[in-house]
Parts: sequence; structure tokens; C-alpha cells
Amino acid sequence: MTMVDHIKTRVIPDRLTTPTERILKSWEALLLLVAVGIFILNSFASPYFLNAWNLSDATFNFTEKAMIAFAMALLIIAGEIDLSVASIIALASTVMGLVMQAGFGTPVIVLAGLVTGLLCGVFNGVLVTRFNLPSIVVTIGTMSLFRGISYIVLGDGAFRGYPSEFAWFGQGYAFWVISVEMVIFALLAVIYGVVLHKTNFGRAVYAVGNNATAAMFSGIRVGRVKLTLFMLTGLMSGLAAVCLTSRLGSTRPSIASGMELEVVTMVVLGGVNILGGSGTIPGVVIAAFVMGLVTFGLGLLNVPGIVMSIFIGALLIGVIALPRLFARLKGRK
Amino acid sequence: MARTGLADPMQPVLRLDGIVKQFPGVRALDGVQLALYPGQVTALIGENGAGKSTIVKTLTGIYQPDEGQILLDGQPVRFPTAQAAGDAGITAIHQETVLFDELSVAENIFIGHAPRTRFGLIDKAEMRRRAREILDSIGATIDPDVRLRDLGIASKHLVAISRALSIDARVVIMDEPTAALSHKEIEELYELVETLKAQGKAILFISHKFDEIFRIADRYTVFRDGQFVGEGLMADVTEGELVQMMVGRSVDQIFPKRKAVLGNPVLQVVGYSHPTEFDSIGFTLRRGEILGFYGLVGAGRSEFMQSLIGITKPSKGVCKMGDDIVIIRSPAEAIEAGIVYVPEDRGKQGAITAMPIFQNVTLPSLGKTSRNGFLQMAEEFKLAREYTQRLDLRAASLDVPVGSLSGGNQQKVVIAKWLATQPKVIILDEPTKGIDIGSKAAVHDFMSELAAQGLSVIMVSSEIPEIMGMSDRAIVMREGRIAAELEGDDLSPETLVRHAAGITSEAAA
Repeated sequence: MTMVDHIKTRVIPDRLTTPTERILKSWEALLLLVAVGIFILNSFASPYFLNAWNLSDATFNFTEKAMIAFAMALLIIAGEIDLSVASIIALASTVMGLVMQAGFGTPVIVLAGLVTGLLCGVFNGVLVTRFNLPSIVVTIGTMSLFRGISYIVLGDGAFRGYPSEFAWFGQGYAFWVISVEMVIFALLAVIYGVVLHKTNFGRAVYAVGNNATAAMFSGIRVGRVKLTLFMLTGLMSGLAAVCLTSRLGSTRPSIASGMELEVVTMVVLGGVNILGGSGTIPGVVIAAFVMGLVTFGLGLLNVPGIVMSIFIGALLIGVIALPRLFARLKGRK
Repeated sequence: MARTGLADPMQPVLRLDGIVKQFPGVRALDGVQLALYPGQVTALIGENGAGKSTIVKTLTGIYQPDEGQILLDGQPVRFPTAQAAGDAGITAIHQETVLFDELSVAENIFIGHAPRTRFGLIDKAEMRRRAREILDSIGATIDPDVRLRDLGIASKHLVAISRALSIDARVVIMDEPTAALSHKEIEELYELVETLKAQGKAILFISHKFDEIFRIADRYTVFRDGQFVGEGLMADVTEGELVQMMVGRSVDQIFPKRKAVLGNPVLQVVGYSHPTEFDSIGFTLRRGEILGFYGLVGAGRSEFMQSLIGITKPSKGVCKMGDDIVIIRSPAEAIEAGIVYVPEDRGKQGAITAMPIFQNVTLPSLGKTSRNGFLQMAEEFKLAREYTQRLDLRAASLDVPVGSLSGGNQQKVVIAKWLATQPKVIILDEPTKGIDIGSKAAVHDFMSELAAQGLSVIMVSSEIPEIMGMSDRAIVMREGRIAAELEGDDLSPETLVRHAAGITSEAAA
């Protein structure tokens, strides 16, 4: 008979790596290098790039998308997705237009936008959690539904004539070159970073995304977590609708067309696993800057929009594929 | 006597000799032998974990034996792939036969070896004709064109058997073929087995049910703990002798069970019922008690346990903790009430393998380690270290993913995770299934330490030595009901097997 090891207490260390090592080896560090690289390239490519006001303008390329991307990141980490976000913007903006035409002032208009977004999120979330439907199918459906309502209301017309105070959200500056949208972006980055990385709720999000069954056995209310995330995504879409409508000064049913994929691109570029379970908010923040810089840099070089989207697509595939390629090459040796 | 090969019932078609199969930490097969004769049914008998599934996988080319030889018609052969075993005329009908729901019956029968036209395309007409022929030969009235998903489980079995026949099998392995069938369907299956026998096929029949073994088998082979115990003709053996061969090992593993001092009732369950899974389950669990739940796979043990923690809803029944009636609708409420369940399926239900050890351990206890909903990593590490060390976890650090650990250490993490909630009742579902002996000992040791400290344990196990060695009392479940409650001298390997298999006769043991 073999001897069973006699049991001695051995101390298991908490971690083997230091925080610095973890940061240096992280996806976020690599992405930050890419961002710096693009920044340097841009400054060589155009003499107009290194100008505080131009750079400030560039931030509008990503601030609204990033507001949604934070909530979307949590949703994707939890293993779900919301493709209806751009259509929520259209519907929320339309409701805001109706409220404005009914003679209400800026506070009610903003509230209407936020509430519409939230309700759209509840609708998506209830369909997914109560009826156990796949979120990709549900939100492709509501993508058509929400924007469809907007088209019915507006036809080929538009809402114009928003009150002048309303312009503050999308056109105002908090101080010097720092726009109001930029401040909202920064605040949300901090809030979502804390929620995902420092709270019990954030831990539950990772648990649900990695293994919803084991999470359920562990006493996590999986449905409640998912519903909350859909509501947050809807609310953020409502907020983005407020900012975008304010910036454009009008509502058309085609507002924010195709934005859902740019949001998802930002999230994935930020290192969030599209299959759920992993990703960070700092990653999404850096990805937002990378996308903004690329768009702005190419714009300064008068590159047409269609080429820009080719560029973003190539960047996405490149940044996602390269680390895996390196890992595979390493593995072969 | 002249060897005529095929028709000679005295010469085995297939012989296995000295087969050894080693897995990390486990010797699944330890020099076993098995012989299958043409036109005869050989029953393979053994407890869960005796090595029955491993031998089937060895025969069908899924596993390669580490030692020993396979003789087909007396010639040594090797089956490097499932295809090779199929080509040699060996086919298996598994517990969950691999069929394709979206394909037609004929396509299922001929997938991989469909008749071809001159142009290399599948000859549908020919395929349908031959499918019809085979189905007729076993008396099945199934339309070859119907999609498989539209058939019931019994008809699917017939399709699987037809598929076995379509490749002109000489050896047919039936692995618990009656597990999901109704009484009438079982009768039909018996007739089919007779047909196959008449066609001269050698049949290996794996079953836990003694009545059906005695009904249709001609020979038996018994395995125990991966070893060959005995073989012979059914006519020469009694039920009692078979049971003893199956379980007759001396309980030589040392179980660290201490004689417990039982306290007041902690958990009382009355009349728990479910429309399909279990019926009228009731028992009382006392403080410091280890209550074993024994039964065959499918007896409804896990389903019942999961209803106790609010995953499946019972249609009837009352659950009392102490003197209070509790209604548990979700695992979260079960944790609150002080009753936790360590699931059998570690990878899917127990652990989140991609997440670090400490986060797995603290997941159900986050309310305790956090402050106002904010994580406190230092507290988490403290809790995780405390409980994993008590279970003697072996890991590089608490920050590595659980998936990087061995099965035994994963199980320790899962148990630590539930104990960290400081429950009053812990339900362990097959706590040592598939883990190495060292980890088993650590789990058993800890279990009895906990009971001694006043925790009440429900241990679901299919391993008789574990039930015998660890429980103060054992409940045997069969087909969703309590078949027996055994204690003291009544609790023996023989009584456990008898009640679990539903043997009523008191044959000499």
C-alpha cells in the first residue's frame, strides 16, 4: 500500500506576480503603445494635429460611443450583447423632439431621453431574461423596432429648434478646451471602472460571463444581473442620445446609423472577450482614444470615410489577431 | 475438434487479455480479461467505477490499452481509431447513443458508409431500401425517411441498433440499453437481443438490473475496481453470489469516520415530490450526522438535492430547518438558510474554472468579505487561505485559475467555497468522483472533522465503500423513491445493492 502523504500545513501565497508585472504584461499596456504610436504618426502626418482645439474636436469622435461602450463592455463580459443601442438613440432622440415640440424645456427633454433609453433597456432585458431568448436575436429585432418607430413618427422629416440651453450638452465646454461630453466620458470611465473592478456586482458580472450555471449555484441572481446590465446599456444610449441630439441640434430617424457596430468594435478592441468572461474598463478607455485618434488623423489627411472604416476594421483584426499569432509561434518552439 | 471460426460457440469471437489502462492517478483497468462468444450474451457486471465504461471505450477504439492484447478470432489486433473497431465488426450502443437529430432515420443508419451511385453521390433510393430491410429484420415499423428528432427514445434505440447491423457487426455492445425505456419497450428490446443472438452475433450487455441480466444473459463477467473478479455461465450462479462478487471487497481503505454524537434534528424534509423526478421523499437529519444517499445513476438523488436548494421546484413537500419551515426558491436563499450544495459536475456547476482560486472561494460569501458592496481583496485572500489550507489544497498561488489545478484540488476549492459560507447543512454530491486517492483521503478526513464539529452532512455517493465508511445512516433511492433507510447492522454492501437494484428475493448471500 502506498502511504498517504502526511498532512502538513503549507502556506499558499496570495499571488506570484507583482502589480507592475501584471500591468506590463496586460492587453491594456499593448493597446496604450498602439495609441501612443498613432499619436506620434499623426503628429508627423499633419501640422494641424498638435493643436489643443483640434485635439479637443477629435474627442467628439468617440465620447458618445464610449458612454455606451462602458455599459456594453459589462454586458459583453456577462455573456450578452445589445445591438439595438443606435436604434435606442434614434427612438430616444425622437421622443425628445416630441417633448420639445410639446413646449417643454431642457430638463424635461433630457429626462425624456434618459427614460426612453432606460425603458428600451428594460424591454430588451425582460425579453432576454424572462423568456430566455438569445440577446443577439432579441436586439437585432429591437434594432429594427426602435428605429422603425422613429421612422413612423418622423418620415423623412426632422425635429429642429431645440432650446439654446439644450446645446450645452453636446456643444458646451466645461473649461478651456475640455468639452462637457469629455467630462461626462471621464466621470463615466471612473464610475464604470469602480463598479466593474471594485464591487460585488462587478465580480458577479465576471462570474455570470464565465459560467452562468456555476454562478447560479453559487447564489448569484443571474437574471437580475443581466437585466440590470441591459437597463444600464439602455440608459447610456439615452444619455448618448441627449449628447448627440444636442450636438447636431436636430433629430432625424437616421441618427447614429451603424453606431452599434462601432461601439462593439471599441469594446472588443479594448480587450473584452466577445464570448464573455474577461475584459477591463481601462482597456475600453484606451480603445476609445485609439479609435478617436485614427479617425481624426485620417480626417486631417482628407481620407474619405469609407477608407476610414476599412482602416478601423483592419486595426481591429490586427490588434486582436497579432497577440494570438505570437502566442502560437511561441508555442511551436 | 475442427475450428470453423464463426459458428463455433465454444470459441470466443473476441478476447481481451491482461488489459491495463492507466489515467493520471487512477488505474482504471488493472489486467482485466473478457471473452465474447458468438450467439451468446455476456453480461458485464460491476459497480460504478469498476471499469465497465473504460473497457467499452477500449473495445471501440476510443482508448488505447497501455498493456494487454485484444484477440479477434484468435489473432491479435489493435484498434487505433473508432473507425478501425467499426471495420473489425465491433459496434456499441451507448447509454446516450450518438445519433443526429436533424438527419433522417436512413441517413443515421448509413452515415459514414452510405451506398454510392456511379458518380460517387449518395444513392438515396438504395440507402432507403436497405434501411427498410434492416428495420424490417428487427421488426421495427419506423419510416426510414422520418427525421430522428421526431422519434421517441425507444425508436432511437432501434435506429442505433439498425446502424450497428448495417455495418455487419459481429460484436454488439449494449451499454445500459434499457435505462430510459418503458416496460413494453424493454420487452421489445429483449426480443431484439434474441434475434441478434440467432444471427450469431456476440453481445456484451452492460446493466445494473439483475432481473434483466438473469433474463437474457448466457454468461457473466464481473469487474471490481478495475480488476477482473470472475466469469462463468449464468446457469451456474445465483443472484447472491453475483452481488458478493460485485461488492465483496474488504473495505480496506481506511475511512477516518469517527463515531459521532448526534444532536438535535437540523433539517426535516417531509413528502418532497416532483412530477417526474422524485416522489414522497422524507427524512430527518441531525446535528453532526453524515447521512449517505445511495442509488443507481438516474435514481433521482441529484434532482432531489437540487430541489432542496431551490434549483428545481418541488410540487409538494415541506422543509424545516430546526423548528422553522423554510421556503427556498433559489440557491441564494438556500445559502441564507444555511444549506449548501456541492454539485457533482465540478466543471459546469461547481467551479468557474477560468477565474482564480480566491474569487471562486469567496463568490457565495461576498456579502461577508465586502463592505457596503465594495470588494475587499485582503479579506477575500484571508478567507480563501483559511479554508483552502484546512483542505490541504496544493496550488502555486491563490491567484491561479481553478482550471489549472488537478481534479482533486479543484474539488477542494469547490468544497472550500461552500464551507466558507458557514452552513448548517452541506450536501455533497459524489464528492470524490474522479479524484485521486490522496485528495479523496483529504476530503473524507475533512468531512468527518466537520461532522465532529456539529455540521450535518448529506453525502450522495454511488461508491459503496464510501457510503459504508463514512455514513452514520444511509438512504437508498430507487426510481425517485426511498427504497430503504439503513442503519447499524442493516447497513451492508449487500443490502445497499439489493435495495438499489430492486432485488426482492432473499437469495443466499
